[in-house]
Amino acid sequence: MSKGLKTTIVILAAMVALGLITLPGLREAVQRLHNTPKTEEQARREVMQEPISTPTDVEVRAQLYWLATGSPPSLEPTVIQLPLSADPVERSKQLLNALIARAPAPEKRTLPAEASLLAFYIQPNGTAIADFSDEISSSMPSGILSEQLAVQSIAQTLGANVSGIRQLKILVHGQEAETLAGHLDLYGLFPVPSLAPAAAPPSAVPAAVPAAAPPKTPVAAGTAQMKPSGSAPTATPPAPGKPASH
Amino acid sequence: MIVRTISHDWNDSGILVEVPSKSICLIFVWMIATAQVFSARAQSTQTPPATGQPAPQTSAPVTQQTPPAPAQPAPEPAAPPQKTLALVILDPAHGGADLGARGSSGLSESDVVLSYARLVRISLEAQGLRVILTRQANDDPSFDDRSKVANAQRGAVFITLHVSSTGQPGTVRVYSLPQMTVAQGAPAAPRGGLLPWDRAQFKFIDQSRRLAELIQIQMAQRFRGSSETPFEAPVRQLRTVGAPAVAIEVSSVSVPDRAPLDQMGPGLADAVARAVAAFRTVYESGGK
Repeated sequence: MSKGLKTTIVILAAMVALGLITLPGLREAVQRLHNTPKTEEQARREVMQEPISTPTDVEVRAQLYWLATGSPPSLEPTVIQLPLSADPVERSKQLLNALIARAPAPEKRTLPAEASLLAFYIQPNGTAIADFSDEISSSMPSGILSEQLAVQSIAQTLGANVSGIRQLKILVHGQEAETLAGHLDLYGLFPVPSLAPAAAPPSAVPAAVPAAAPPKTPVAAGTAQMKPSGSAPTATPPAPGKPASH
Repeated sequence: MIVRTISHDWNDSGILVEVPSKSICLIFVWMIATAQVFSARAQSTQTPPATGQPAPQTSAPVTQQTPPAPAQPAPEPAAPPQKTLALVILDPAHGGADLGARGSSGLSESDVVLSYARLVRISLEAQGLRVILTRQANDDPSFDDRSKVANAQRGAVFITLHVSSTGQPGTVRVYSLPQMTVAQGAPAAPRGGLLPWDRAQFKFIDQSRRLAELIQIQMAQRFRGSSETPFEAPVRQLRTVGAPAVAIEVSSVSVPDRAPLDQMGPGLADAVARAVAAFRTVYESGGK
């Protein structure tokens, strides 16, 4: 074997070894390039959706309002076990995060999975202000019906589990929006029905069991069932003032 | 256009001069109009006619300022203007970059509602109603621009057309604005004759509700599964309309192709036309 051939074989062997060493790193780099970069909104959501835990958290049976199966479309309460704070602001945040993240099935969802709650305030007059990320609008199925159901699910979930909230203002990314997703008017305040029962003791109720009462909340129903609570905003936006808490 | 004419006043020799015929017409019109204005002013400054003499018919302002002569019968009080419904503002929602609800098959709400609006227009015109569309093509006027079309008119109703992305396919829902509770400090009803723009619909909620009932009944007769009674929702477009106003929402763009939605068009148009014709009777009789 000539000296030149030997040298060539050695160089080739060295190159193959080098390729084998760097291959896993190259694969990771290719995979990283395939993944879409995180948007600002996604990064914000990851931060905001950290589980909220307070010293006063107690496991309770919470009633959350998602879509009922069947037609016409309506909401129904579903009882799930949730650790909820005694502080109404923290409690509301926990509930709305669960309303987004813990829908029993995709077809029962009222709010987009991509949406997140950015902030929540309660004013002394009982006006709650819920500030959602842009996805509450951009990922919302467009239509009067779907947008009305979304707002009602928020209002009724708050009304069923937090006492003292009388009306609700919805903001999108910190701003007043004209509509939720092209139809439903966000100009005014949505009344929050007072459905909050006496504090229920913790119990071993399995998760996501439809509650026996109250009955289905009609949304797309007839005259006798019209004016579903939480659907009609009041005419005047909330009075300016400092939020009671943040 | 330039014409040849003979100027007898200025040139007795009969020289042909070129005079624009349009200018001559305009000068004559201006002279006649000026003469009439001066004549009317001269009459209006005259002393009122003596008792027993007929009042000049051309001096209406004077008649209003000066009591009529005792010998003349007192003019009958003017009848209140009759409330007539002759105009329908049709609003195909969305448009332009705003496609509205979108189906997986590529259907867009803005396209479908524009085709519905054209069909509804034909049916309404067959009922003897005048129709104005808030958009004729793929453009996107603002909510206020659409409201402006209705608010600039008298004796109009406003119908905004939508197709949802949810709901039982083949059904139709008709919405009017709910009775809004007014927060403390804000007047429950506008005082005087002016309506606040952002609450222009408040005064018409009962009428809108009645119109919604009539349309929803017609829809229930044509589209199985549709409710017989209308719905209430805070639809943004309705709030700034100072006229009876409803939103019609068809379900849905989730169908695999456009054919079922197109098939609903003629029935939808007929239902709206019949309901508006029925509402016209209610409206013109002053009922709610």
